[in-house]
This record gives sequence, C-alpha cells and structure tokens, in this order.
Amino acid sequence: MNKENLIQYIYSIADNSLILGQRMSELCGHGPSLETDIACTNMALDLLGQTRSYYQYVATLLGEGKTEDDVAYLRTEREYKNVLLVEQPNTHFGYVIARQFFYDTFHLLLLEKLQFSTDETLAAIAKKGIKEVSYHKRFSSDWIKRLGDGTAESHQKIQEAITDLWAYTGELFDMLPEDQEAVEAGIGVDVTTLKEKYQEQIKNVLDEATLSVPELQWFQRGGKQGIHSEHMGFLLADLQYMQRTYPNMKW
Amino acid sequence: MEKNWPLWEVFVRSKNGLEHRHFGSLHAADAEMALENARDVYTRRNEGVSIWVVESKHITASNPKDNGELFEPAQDKVYRHPTFYDLPDEVKHM
Amino acid sequence: MSEKEIKSLEEIFEQRIARDEKIEPKDWMPEKYRKTHIRQISQHAHSEIVGMLPEGNWITRAPSLRRKVALLAKVQDEAGHGLYLYSACETLGISRDELYEQLHTGKAKYSSIFNYPTLTWADIGAIGWLVDGAAIINQVPLCNTSYGPYARAMVRVCKEESFHQRQGYEIMLKLAKGTPEQKAMAQDALNRWWWPSLMMFGPTDAESVHTAQSMKWKLKRKTNDELRQQFIDQTIPQAELIGLTVPDPDLKWNEERKSYDFGPIDWDEFWRVVKGHGPCNKQRLSARVNAWNNGEWVRDAAMAYAEKQQDKKTKKAV
Repeated sequence: MNKENLIQYIYSIADNSLILGQRMSELCGHGPSLETDIACTNMALDLLGQTRSYYQYVATLLGEGKTEDDVAYLRTEREYKNVLLVEQPNTHFGYVIARQFFYDTFHLLLLEKLQFSTDETLAAIAKKGIKEVSYHKRFSSDWIKRLGDGTAESHQKIQEAITDLWAYTGELFDMLPEDQEAVEAGIGVDVTTLKEKYQEQIKNVLDEATLSVPELQWFQRGGKQGIHSEHMGFLLADLQYMQRTYPNMKW
Repeated sequence: MEKNWPLWEVFVRSKNGLEHRHFGSLHAADAEMALENARDVYTRRNEGVSIWVVESKHITASNPKDNGELFEPAQDKVYRHPTFYDLPDEVKHM
Repeated sequence: MSEKEIKSLEEIFEQRIARDEKIEPKDWMPEKYRKTHIRQISQHAHSEIVGMLPEGNWITRAPSLRRKVALLAKVQDEAGHGLYLYSACETLGISRDELYEQLHTGKAKYSSIFNYPTLTWADIGAIGWLVDGAAIINQVPLCNTSYGPYARAMVRVCKEESFHQRQGYEIMLKLAKGTPEQKAMAQDALNRWWWPSLMMFGPTDAESVHTAQSMKWKLKRKTNDELRQQFIDQTIPQAELIGLTVPDPDLKWNEERKSYDFGPIDWDEFWRVVKGHGPCNKQRLSARVNAWNNGEWVRDAAMAYAEKQQDKKTKKAV
C-alpha cells in the first residue's frame, strides 16, 4: 500500500489514543478520589505512550527530519482522524467512564487483530498495547458496574452518559477506502468483523450493571473523515497552544 | 450518604522468591478496587509481581503494652542460637 | 493515669527518641506529639495534592509529547505522595475525610508556594527546579524522623521525587539554550519563583515557633535559616550554569563564610499569602473542594455497589 495511505491508516488508530489521552489527562488533580485520580492518569500515560510509538513510526515514514511532535501538534483539525467518541468532554465522571468503556472494548478487539498485521511495527505496538488496554477495559467495566448498580443517582447519571455516547459508537466500525486498502495489504484490521463481538461484550457488561443498551435511530459519524464535533477545536487549541504560539522551537 | 471507603493494607511481592512485604495502605470500596488501586498506586515503577490486600480492620495487632511478656522472655534463651555452643575451631562444616 | 505516671511515661518516651528508636502507631505517645504530627503530616499531604493544581494547569498544553508524559507522571506522583502521607497520618487516629474537611474549611494549611499562578510553560521548569529542589532539602532529613509511618512514607517520597527536580531543571536548561524569547520566558519564571521558593523554608529562626520541639522529635534536623542557606548555595551555581540570573541585587559570595549573602525577604508578602491573600488561594481551594464534592456521588455509588455485592455473597452462602 502506498505510504500516504498507510500514514492515514495509522492516524485513524493513533489519533484516538492521543485525543483520549488528552481528555483523560484533563482529569489529573480533579478525580473523585486520590486513588481514582492516580488510576485515570495511568490510563492517560498508557494512551500517550502508544501515541508516541505510532507517531514516531509515522515520522520515519514521512522522513525529512519530521518528529513525533510535528505529527502530534502541527496538523489542522481536518487532518486528525480520531472518532468523535474520544473527543467528547468530561461532562462528569459518568461520561469519563462511559467513553472509556466504549472505546476500551473496541480498542482491545482492534489490537487483538492488529498484532497479526504484516506491518511489523504496527504488530509490535499492538502487542504491547494489548496488555495496557486489557487493564483499561477491566477498570472501565468495573466502574460501569459500580455506577450502574450503585445508587439511584449514579444509575441515572451513568445511564445518561451511556445513552448520549452510544450515538458515537457506530463510527468505530466504518471502513474508509484506505482502511480497505490496509486490510487487503494484510496490514489493517477489517473493523466490520468486530462489530458483533463488540455489541455482545457491551451488552453483557451493561446487563450486569442493570443498565440498558440505548435503541438508536441514527449514529453520529464524521471524525474518521476529519469532520469533528465543536469540542475538537478547543481541545486542539489547548494541545497545540505552545507549538502554534512559538513556532519552530525546541522544548 | 456518608459512608467512606474503608482502609486497606497493601502487601507486595517485589519479585518471585521474595515474601510479600507491607507497602502501605489506601482506600477502596471493595477488594477488587483495592487490588486495582494498589496496582496503580504502589507498582507504578515496576515494584511488584504480586499483590495482597486486606481490609485494615481485619488485622489483629499485638499491644505494645504487652511487649514485656510477649517478647522479653525470648531474650535470654541464648541456647537457641549457634554461638551458644563451644566447639574447637578445627571442626569444619558445622 | 496520674500526672506523675504521665510524667514518667513522657520521660521514657523522650529517651526512646533520643536513642533514635522509632515510635510506632500503637505505642504510647504524649498528646502533643500526636497533635503535632497530625498537623505536620497532614499539612505535608495537603501540599502534595494542592501542589498538583498549578502544574496540572499545563498538562494539556505541554509543548511536546515527551514533556507531556513526564509532567503527567510527575503530577501523578504528587497524588501518590499525598496518599502515602494521608495514610501515615491516619495511623494517628484521624481519617482522611476529616483531614480533607480541615483542608476544605481552611482550617488546615498547605505550602503557600502553590498559591502562586503558573503563567507560562517556563513556570513548570521553575517549579520542578526550585520548588522541588527546596522540598527535597526539607524532606530528606524526614526519612529519619522519629515517627515510623512518617519516616517510611518519606523514604518512598524521596526515592520517587529524585526525577522531579531533574525534570524541571531540564526544562529550564532547554529554554535557556533556546531562542531569545524562550530565554526571556525562563528568566521571567525565575524572577517570579525565586523569592517564594526561599519563603518555603518558613520564617527566620528568630520568628519560628516550633523549631526547638521539632528538633527534639526529629521533625527537623536543621533550622529554617540553615536550610534556606543550603538551598541558595546549591542553586546559584545551577542558575549560573544555564546563564540565568537570580533576582537579588544584594546576592554576593561571602568568601569568609563560604556561602552566599542575600537580600531581605519580603516577609509581609509571606504572611499575606499564608493568611489567604495570595493570587490563587481561593482558586486552589475551590478546585479541591469541587473535585471532592463532584466526586461524592461516585464514591457513594462504589460503596453502595460493594455492599450489594457483599449481601449477594452472604445470601449465596446461607
């Protein structure tokens, strides 16, 4: 597959880790308990670590002395290929957990396939990521159950987050032309094959948490094509602030 | 509701072959959470391969007031130690 | 217990400390020892978690991924250190929630340095270099303090903190070697953080109320002024090495003392900030209170869930 398309394919995975890591790191110092704060930061660190591995790979593909930071910080909003789900704000802890749970469940299924990629670098990043993401999934699933089957208030709050964010999960299984090309080259994962397992796993946890799977008429999509939600501009303003204000400097 | 997460004691085995050692404590609502929190709080720098957690209230501790009767009687039982026995220096492998 | 009995217990207690024996939670201790330790350890814990805020302010805006993960890990360590210290404090018979309550109502103090704002990225460098540098000087002697749980927590804290100051100094180094704009940013941060850092060692010995007692209980090994001097003497060469200037026109090497003489500290400012009138006192406290209040439903949910699970288990067993 050609280099440009491979890079786009990597973005469609890596940008999710960056943006979710960025969202999670906003929570540091503001978590509901010290222990939970520390746990959430660990997940942010895992995600940002994965991001760096992917972007370092992209930088070598780009050549011309590009670095992971050029890739992370110096693209326009349209050039980020993360799904809408991961850029949604930390409205309350229920949203943090629901977003994490929806993404972790997908993320693990994806990496379990990506570890067999014919692209050795991607396979290696996936293999390492599986251990981290397995833990994330365990953490977020446990919290879904605690909030769902906790108090009446927590049940209502987490159900609200689940219902709102569910609309962003359809996009996870969309295939773009470069995804298709990556699959044919043996590099990428056919995400349409993950959908059934995904929904089953989500349903199992929600059932146990006494929560209901929302029935939806319409799923939101666009992130994968670079058409983001209004939140994304603010997130990037934060993320890129230094690099944009003081261009071409080393930090 | 005004019920706080109880306190747990954390024991970590740093590597196989060593015993679990008391590392500190933390708060958690249940055992599962205590284990996860212990992992996140006490093994961030690769400090462990195994964790035990136990709710602090389940630990029974001796009272320092009883230290006299509990521990001092052992002090003069010197015959429990190898140096108590006089042997010639020439004896090997003993 | 009669007064005479207490007197003799106190004597034995002080002798144990003088012999470098550690005091453990269930040991008898004078009420004043317990209270002083609750105050100092909790103040220390509060400082760790309030200290997360000024630095946390720059996590989402860190200029590179390498800096972002390092800062995130550092701020997370501070949460960990707060946790170790709260745990040590809890062995003295007070709960973390009570300690939070004291913080949130303004009854408890924390290190005043965190009531200053972090205005630029260079402030993250200055905090790591100066504030953590000062903290290390204050903390290392505490690894040998008389109260066992506090000493053990401090051993862990000091071990983990060894990267914090290096992280900060490296940021400053990079800025100082960067563009004129970056260098100016570094110098500006040093200008703003220098004096508050010196204040971290507390009032001068003549003004300090706790020193004598604290020395006896090994909560302190050196006086405030001695520690401050040590900090200045070790930091000036570090500033010179990267071409930054400490904002003190009176600073001069004293060949006789083999130490730096320095200008007067603005103690009015110090007391003003301690009393709540620093630039960020309100903001810091309300951030902590909000995090706690917003988390209440989450903590309650976890407790309710745990109880339900326990009930299920019990029913199954019956």
